[in-house]
Parts: sequence; C-alpha cells; structure tokens
Amino acid sequence: MTALMSAPTRRRPGRAPQTGQAGHRHRLAVSRALLWPALATSIVLTQIPFLLTIYYSLQSWNMLRPGDRGFTGLDNYVSVLRDGSFLSSLGATVAVTGTAVVVSTLLGMLFAVLLDRKFVGRGLARTLMITPFLVMPAAAALVWKWSILDASTGMANWGLGLLGLPPVAWNTELPMVTIILVLTWQYTPFVMLILLAGLQAQDKDVLEAAAVDGAGALRTFGEITLPHLRQYVEIAVLLASIMLLQVFDPIAIMTRGTGGTKTLSYLLYERAFVGLEVGEAAAYGVMTVLVTIVVASVALRTLFKVFSKEGIDR
Amino acid sequence: MKLTRTARRQAAPAGISAVALALTLTACAGAGGGGNGDAAGQDGGPVELTLATVNNPQMKDMEELKSSFEEEHPDITVNFVQMEENDLRDAVTKDVATDGGQYDIVTVGSYEVPIWAGNGWLTDLTGDLESDADYDVDDLFEPVKDALTVEDSLYAVPFYGESSMLMYNKELLDEAGVTMPEHPTWQEVADIARQVDSDDVDGICLRGKPGWGEVFAPLTTVVNTFGGSWFDAEWNAQVDQPKFEEAVQFYVDLVEDAGPADPVSTGFTECLNNVSQGRSAMWVDATVAAGLLEDPESSEVAGKMGYAHAPVVETEESGWLWSWNLAIPETTQNRDAAVEFVKWATSKEYHQLVGTELGWSRVPPGARNSTYEVPEYEEAAASFAPITRDIMLAVNPEQPGVAPQSWTGIQYVTIPEFQDLGNQVSQDLADVFAGRSELGPVLDRAQDLAQDAGDAQK
Repeated sequence: MTALMSAPTRRRPGRAPQTGQAGHRHRLAVSRALLWPALATSIVLTQIPFLLTIYYSLQSWNMLRPGDRGFTGLDNYVSVLRDGSFLSSLGATVAVTGTAVVVSTLLGMLFAVLLDRKFVGRGLARTLMITPFLVMPAAAALVWKWSILDASTGMANWGLGLLGLPPVAWNTELPMVTIILVLTWQYTPFVMLILLAGLQAQDKDVLEAAAVDGAGALRTFGEITLPHLRQYVEIAVLLASIMLLQVFDPIAIMTRGTGGTKTLSYLLYERAFVGLEVGEAAAYGVMTVLVTIVVASVALRTLFKVFSKEGIDR
Repeated sequence: MKLTRTARRQAAPAGISAVALALTLTACAGAGGGGNGDAAGQDGGPVELTLATVNNPQMKDMEELKSSFEEEHPDITVNFVQMEENDLRDAVTKDVATDGGQYDIVTVGSYEVPIWAGNGWLTDLTGDLESDADYDVDDLFEPVKDALTVEDSLYAVPFYGESSMLMYNKELLDEAGVTMPEHPTWQEVADIARQVDSDDVDGICLRGKPGWGEVFAPLTTVVNTFGGSWFDAEWNAQVDQPKFEEAVQFYVDLVEDAGPADPVSTGFTECLNNVSQGRSAMWVDATVAAGLLEDPESSEVAGKMGYAHAPVVETEESGWLWSWNLAIPETTQNRDAAVEFVKWATSKEYHQLVGTELGWSRVPPGARNSTYEVPEYEEAAASFAPITRDIMLAVNPEQPGVAPQSWTGIQYVTIPEFQDLGNQVSQDLADVFAGRSELGPVLDRAQDLAQDAGDAQK
C-alpha cells in the first residue's frame, strides 16, 4: 500500500518543476482523495473477511450445535494438522494440477505446431479446438460423466469395445485419470492458444535463414522455435496452474473426492457445507491461504522475471 | 525504475491475498446470515410469507396451487424460494442458526427436525394442530409423526413421505424363471440377482456413490437388518463390530457380482436410469421411484414392474423412512399466518385439490392415511401405493434394527455429526468398491470417526 502511494511522490522532482509546488501538491491531494474510496472498498472486501475467518478459526462451532460455540484457541489448527486430510489434500492438489498442466502443455504444444501450418479449413479447426475451454466447467463435467465415461452408455467404453478391449468403470477404477482427462481436455486449448500466439510472433526471417543453412524441421524446432517459445510456455504453465489450483466442479460432480482426488478446494467445501464445522473449515481456509500465498509469491516472481526478460518492465 | 518494481512486489502479496480470500469466503459459511425479518402483519395488516423449499415436483405443485390458499386468505401472500436439496439445507441452516429470520416456513427433512427442535429453532405445532378437528392430526402416518416428535411435541408436519422397497422387472425375472416373494430375504435377493445378471443386464442396482445420503441411505438399512448399528444405546460406536462388517461386505460383494459396473458413479438417478431402460433387473430404493418407473413417458418398463418389501435378514422389515416436512422457525414474525398455510398445505383438502386440479398420481404420497382411501388415488397408483403404505406403517424408526438405539431414524443417525461421518466413510468405501482397500482398515478408521461423533452425544 505505502509503495503504491509513495510512487508518484518520488517522481515529483522530475515531473513538475515548472508548475510550482503548491499547485502540484493540490493536484496530488486530489488524486489521493480520489484513490481512497477504491482503497477503502478493497480493504473492506478483502481484509475484513480474512480477519473474520481467522476469528472463526479460533472458535469451536458446528452450526447445528449452537449451544456449544466458544473460543478454543488453536484446537482447530491442531486437528487440521493432526487429521492428515490437509496434507493428503495438498498432495492431491499438486498431483491433479501438476499432471493436468504437464499433459495440457505437451498436447497444447503439439496442436499449436499443427495449427500454425497453413491448410484448408484452418480457421474452422482452430475454432473447434478452442471450444472445450469455453464450455462451463460444470457442464463439461456433466458431459464427460454422462456421455463419455458412463460405464454402460458412454462413448469411451463403446470405443474400447470397437477395439476389442474390455469396458472400464472409470470413476470406480480410475478416478484420478477421470479427473485429469477432463481437466486436460479443458485446458489444452488454453495452452494451445498462448503457444500459437508465440509461434506466430516468431520472426520468419530466422526460420528462412535456418532453412537456407540446411537445418531440418526437427532441428529448427528444437534449437530455434523452442527457445523462442520458452517464455510463452512459462506464462501458459503459470496461468493454467493458477486456474487449476481452484478446480472444483469435476470433482464435486464426478468423483466426490474419492480415489485421491480430494483437492484443497473440495476439502474446504466438505468441511464447511457437509460437516457444517465453521471453526474447522475456517482453519482449513487460513491454512490454504498461507500455502497459496507462498506458492503464488514464488510463481508470481517467476512471472515478473518473464516480463522483465520480455522488456516490459522498463 | 527500481521503484515501480518494489511497488509491484509489495502489491503482489496484496493481490494474492485477495485471490486467496475468495477461497476463504467459501470457508466461512457462518460469516453471512443476517437477513431481515418482514415485520408486516404484526398489527393485523396484510402478511407476506416466505417459504423455503426443495425443488421437487410435489413442491412445484404446491406453488402452482398456492393461489387457492391466497383466495381463501386475502390478507396473506406466500412467496416460494425453491432450491436444490443441498442448497436448501445450507441456506436454511445458516438462516436459523444465525437468527436470520428470512423464512417464515421452511421445508426440512426428517433427519433435521429432531436436531433443530432440540436447538430451539422450530416452533411447537402440537396445540395448533390438535385444536383443529378438521385438520385431523391423527390421520398423519404414525411412523412419520414419530420421527417429527420430540418429547411429545410435534415440530413439523409431513408434506410427503417415503420408505424403501424392492422393485423388480417382472419380464427379466420371468425369463430367468424365478419368482419374487412378497417379503424376500437379502439372501434370496442376492441369489436371484446373481442368477439374472448377464453381460447386458445387471442383476441388481444398488447405490455406491459417495455421500451420506447416497450410499448410506440403502446401506444403513442393510446394516440394521443384519443386526448391526452405527451406535449402541450408550453412543458407543459399533462400526468395527462383526455384524456391521458382515452387512457391508455382503453389500460390496453383491455389487461386485451382480451390481452396476461403475458403483462409485451410481446413485439414485443412475439406478433410476438403468432400471427404467431395462438394464437392471432389480433395485432397492425409495418408494417414490415407483411413480417414476410407472410413467410411460420416461420409462420403458412402465407396467412391467413388480414391488416387494425391502429385503430382510434378522428384522421383520427393513424399509427406511424419509419425509419432507413443513416447519415454522422460531424467528418468524408471522407465526399465525404461517400456521394457517402449513395446515392448508398438509390438509386432506389440499390432497383433494391436487387430485382434481393436477391429477391423482401427483398427490403427495406417504403423509396421510386418508389419501390411500380415496378411490381415485387407489386407481391411479394401484401398482405401488398399497405396498408403499404398508411398508411405511410397518417400519419402526425408534428401533429399526435388532438392538435398541437412542435416536429416532432408520437410514441415518439423528445427530448433527452424521452427515460428516457418513460422508467420510462413504468416500473410503469407494476404495473398497474399487478393490484399492480392504474393508477392515476402512471400518477401523470409520470406528474412530464414529466414536468422536458418539462422544459428542454423551
């Protein structure tokens, strides 16, 4: 906050030497005054709920037991850490997010390279490829659950049957794969879009020069295109990770947290809305915030590194 | 520009915490609340009632017919707020738990009523109902009434009720050359299921989907009739006892041998689909499903179904008992008007009104004895109504199993912790269905969870 406010102040000497101190100070006061409502609103909207959450996390409170509500100190945190659900959920979150991001990136790269070439119907192909990302997550989960992965009427098992393979009970036998499939299907187009933008920003002269020098397609891709794409890949991975960390819909609709798919957001939902344990849920919430801040700070620092390399931070 | 970079670096955590807070908001379910009660009507002026209800077909019918009530009571209007079951439970719990006072009438399940009444959240309706001879409170189904009664006071009235039963496809069973007795045992049902099961048709559909209200609705009735129980009368957890394990093992084995291929995705809706498309030969589930299976527009097996009592082992009956009820929260400012509406919506006249206006098959089932004596209703629901009524009158929510229990309820334990307990155990069961875990360790963990819940009652 202070940094935001002080930024214009320090600029003062360079900016307004001619207009006179008084006039400038006045303008500055006005801009500051204009900033306050927004600042106050964001403080109210962000910090007060957070402080309330911390307050609730120190309470023992099951909503259905109004008589037993009271201050318990750090008991909720102790049970959060002792229960083991938090750590296993953290693991599930990393596994689900990590795998989905890696697979989406590999597939996204493949499709981006294919769609970068000129062919008849390229516009249509691009539009079709991007659709999964535009489908609402809940709708996507339902389509996969009923039309594709249903054990008796789903298209996936029908396809396996054509190949002479036995049917698979997706949710029962492969819950992790089920979730990762849906997420990959949704996020591959997103990664593909970013990488496609990167491919099209590539300098054609360099590619031509490589061709003149006699480099093959693979070598050109490995030594020229890939290094150029690195920053795009970093941004795609970062954004996809941020979005996938909050994944909830397919888990709630398809696996209900079974078979190692209980991510942090689903765990939070369960503690608050199934368990009705307000205190415990709040403690899980605070823990999640802490972990998210740590992870996101590291991740955002990486993002800024990407920006500064791109020459944006000047 | 070292400066801006510092600024951004410091601003970044603030931005992150904003994102993180969005997450946190999910967590602080109790932070909201604080609706404002409508104070109109205290001085005898016009009253506006707000009714929160689940969006089931019977409730939609009630909304359609409310104008009839409003014509009879020109000074009262009723606003319906319809929600999904889980949203309703959440919204209404939050409202009453935080003294919100948003709703004058709430729809609550038979699981919640005793808990909420014990918390002092619901008004006692006994006097209002007994003083009105026309209302005929004794006509309400006795077991349902028992489930809604706390210390001789009635805190809610049933809008409709249900039990569970065995539904079977007569054609498929005939092809296999087997007949179903009217009171089958689980062993008989399991034998038939394994006999009928083929590549195209499942022998039996049983829920395996995680969730306290999904898999544990049928499974708890199986545990009861096998002689097991979640708790003994002193709230000692009984989950690791042999009878409990035997019942769950029986259920898991039956599902594996003759049940749906993907049990962890199979709940009420999925079974309904399977059975109505002729892909499952039998199904043990809510009696309310019969009406859906007999609807020729949505079901391929209409007219081909047979119905029997829920299978038993050691008990006489093993049907469950559920009802959706109307209750009045303590926080309402319009109690008298709310009582008028609650009485109207659960009266004999209302059942007549539904029958004549919307059709007799749409009359709310399982609430009143007299409904089952209306000739038009007997005709419209001939194949399943009599057995539904028999089962509902035969089950005993005070002792559904072999041993006495200290709560009233069949397919659930009437304590606040049960939804959490049932939910967690059901998730571990998914691993047993999939063969990733043995039942023993799962039940050992469940025993610990159950004991924590039991200790809270002592």
